[in-house]
Amino acid sequence: MSVVAVQVVDVESELTELFPHIALHFQRTADEIPTFWVSRSHIREILKGLKPRYEMLFDLCGVDERTRNHRVGLPPSDFTVVYHLTSIRHNCDVRVKVALFESSIDVPSVHLIFLNANWYEREAWDMFGINFSDHPNLCRILLPPTWQGHALRKDHPARATEMDPFKMDFERQDKEQEALRFRPEDWGMKRKNDQTEFMFLNLGPNHPSVHGVFRIVLQLDGELVVDAVPEIGYHHRGAEKMAERQTWHSYIPYTDRIDYLGGVMNNLPYVLAIEKLAGIPVPPRAQTIRVMMAEFFRISSHLVFYGTFAQDVGQLSPVFYMFSDRERLFRIIEAITGGRMHPAWFRIGGVAQDLPRGWDVMVRDFLDWMPARLAHYEKMAMNNSILKQRTKNIGVYTQSEAMEWGVTGPGMRATGIDFDVRRDRPYSGYENFDFEVPVYHNGDAYDRARVRVDEITESLKIIRQCLDNMPAGMYKSEHKLTTPPAKERTMYDIETLIHHFLSVSWGTVIPAGECGVTIEATKGMNMYYLTSDGGTSSYRTRIRTPSFPHLQQIPLISRGLMIADLIAIIASIDFVMADVDR
Amino acid sequence: MSDLVLYLLVFGTLGGAFAGAAILVWFERRLLGIWQDRLGPNRVGPLGIGLALADIIKLFAKEDWVPPFADRFVFIFAPTAIVMAMLLGFTVVPYTSELHIADLNIALLFFLGMTSLAVYSVLLGGLASNNKYALLGGLRSAAQMVSYEVFMGLSLMGVVMLSGSFSLVDIVNAQAERGWFVISQFFGFVVFLIAGIAESHRLPFDLPEAEHELVAGFHTEYSGMKFGMFMLGEYLGLILISSMITTLFFGGWLGPGFLPPIFWFFFKTFILICFFILLRAGIPRPRYDQLMSFGWKVMLPLTLINLLVTGAVELWL
Repeated sequence: MSVVAVQVVDVESELTELFPHIALHFQRTADEIPTFWVSRSHIREILKGLKPRYEMLFDLCGVDERTRNHRVGLPPSDFTVVYHLTSIRHNCDVRVKVALFESSIDVPSVHLIFLNANWYEREAWDMFGINFSDHPNLCRILLPPTWQGHALRKDHPARATEMDPFKMDFERQDKEQEALRFRPEDWGMKRKNDQTEFMFLNLGPNHPSVHGVFRIVLQLDGELVVDAVPEIGYHHRGAEKMAERQTWHSYIPYTDRIDYLGGVMNNLPYVLAIEKLAGIPVPPRAQTIRVMMAEFFRISSHLVFYGTFAQDVGQLSPVFYMFSDRERLFRIIEAITGGRMHPAWFRIGGVAQDLPRGWDVMVRDFLDWMPARLAHYEKMAMNNSILKQRTKNIGVYTQSEAMEWGVTGPGMRATGIDFDVRRDRPYSGYENFDFEVPVYHNGDAYDRARVRVDEITESLKIIRQCLDNMPAGMYKSEHKLTTPPAKERTMYDIETLIHHFLSVSWGTVIPAGECGVTIEATKGMNMYYLTSDGGTSSYRTRIRTPSFPHLQQIPLISRGLMIADLIAIIASIDFVMADVDR
Repeated sequence: MSDLVLYLLVFGTLGGAFAGAAILVWFERRLLGIWQDRLGPNRVGPLGIGLALADIIKLFAKEDWVPPFADRFVFIFAPTAIVMAMLLGFTVVPYTSELHIADLNIALLFFLGMTSLAVYSVLLGGLASNNKYALLGGLRSAAQMVSYEVFMGLSLMGVVMLSGSFSLVDIVNAQAERGWFVISQFFGFVVFLIAGIAESHRLPFDLPEAEHELVAGFHTEYSGMKFGMFMLGEYLGLILISSMITTLFFGGWLGPGFLPPIFWFFFKTFILICFFILLRAGIPRPRYDQLMSFGWKVMLPLTLINLLVTGAVELWL
């Protein structure tokens, strides 16, 4: 704890030294990430100054502060833009905030400083109406182009019953369809050049290999991809908005459905952030159970990736083998949690239940079964010469490009960057485990697959360590904010009974504050950045998902390749549209 | 051969080919199911064989629809072309030395001609659909089939040299004397096999439809029985290619005498069909340009060298 505190002071004095003429207003947050406010006129200068040290724009989001009550020590603001920078090299973070007022809700765009700011700024405009001046194409990204209003503003209705009944008549349908028509001119594309007239191919939103509802408009010269425009938002369900209506506890099942292949892996950053905000200590048994379940879901997600990756380059069979292995895995998950894909099983302060009798037998069986299967798949898929031909040197990006575009997770490790949140910023007791972080160096589609395949083996290693060293003790914390509180303690005295009653009927009250927790999710770094206003539900929940920036850089790595290569690239990125659109 | 036998043979071939194609759909799915650790269709009738019938009823019962933006005449004509071409190809297949519809003295050329005609079907279907995916599929198929056609024909010239005839009956009879051509013409066999898969555009050479890239390729806009014709054409092609490989390289009806010759012909063809299905289960799809360069840089030289060596051996030994 004290070490981190020192770091805060260091960054404060360092920044004051770096920008002597700029007024910086420092804020303490529960996650101890150095956070400071600057005026909008200085934001470009500050970010430019910070970039040499913090090379990645990890997240950029808006906050509507107009109804927030607990703002002690914070500068006045109606809308706040939060820039979260990360340094992979130095393993540190910094958060910069800009206060805006309703009267002039403009802030300079930083898309020239950090390339991946482009989509994040579009999202902030879409959700809050924050106007990023000089942005090349500030248009809707998650909501339909015809949407009225900005959804994450506090005055925007949160449920359908607060709005007029929705009707889709033919006229409206035509209007909506027309709004989705792709006009190359909007994206600065030419319809033809001196030699050829380009074909614009609408790949998606429904296409066999875009893994969900994802649309890429391709500018084609024959089969060569000249340029591409990824379009997202078809899977947007307003997860961040829902968080503002659900209690802290009842939002947990929604997180399962963000990265729907990640299951309880999504619960983890959310409950960790709440626990940090409220200072809830988690018993070692609960931590180890969480790690084990999270690694199970990493394997499950990577198996789906492995199978679909092979399928997308035209190999029909592997996907069936991998899904039947995943089925075995789900049987264990079902025995432990009662659920399969979305168990929503983690709780604030622990997990929902203790492990069932005989869990260790099932887990051991699986651990003994899997390595032979992986060796088999290795021969079948990864060593197949056609698959290698199709994916080696395809979709290459370098380390600096990965940083520039906010690529994290296996996609980052495939370029040779040796960084894994589990090892380098351990959470939930990962520091107690012994595992390798697979790193490859070509940054192509094949290496991205390689990293994931090796990660399955490492996850098996971690699970075996959980199995052999499962601590005894409580499966949830005895802290009073644990939700739901331990039942044994509710029936004896009035105090605990009242706590229990209130937390069940109204919901747990989490102390006011801000906290962001990042974990190594199945697809990259996933962060839940929670703002509590001292209520029973979150004031603002920001979900930074790894897939969102990964899709943004598709045009960069697919230019000049063929359609078949683009499919291989899409397969190698391993995204889930629900994770992109939230 | 009397007229009656001939008529019976014609209708038998026609019915047999259609029924074979329908059953093959079911059979392929069952076989893939076994290989892929799953059950496959097993509910309708014993072992799920009723599925073949259900599929046919489904295809016939679907609305016969032509997209308003398509070129109507060509759109309807395209799927019929492939079925016609494939069925005509069957006329020269000799089941036994006696049992064949036509023993043309140019049977081999006739067969090659008919399979080449099938490319029009795919090409026109892709073009007439007026759909970008279909267009790309049609383009791919034109390039693929035209180039694989070249060495498909050339790969058979070794067989022709060895048997001294274009007649398929003579070719099988030649194998009775000189042994199955799969041994003496091994490279010719390999090239013909690969080109044959490419001709019937099945995985790994299914680039014209390439589900993962082009949705359904050239038949994206087709539905109902018109789609059914394409599928029928594909399976007929599979049977035809298998029976041609049997005839040309595996001694056709030749086999140990304890079973009738016709059994050996169908047995060999059946094994080859299973092999084609296994390929589909096992191999990924190469990229379009990789396929082309493989064709022109590996297959063509191989064919030419095979031809040269065969010619030299025939001439001087």
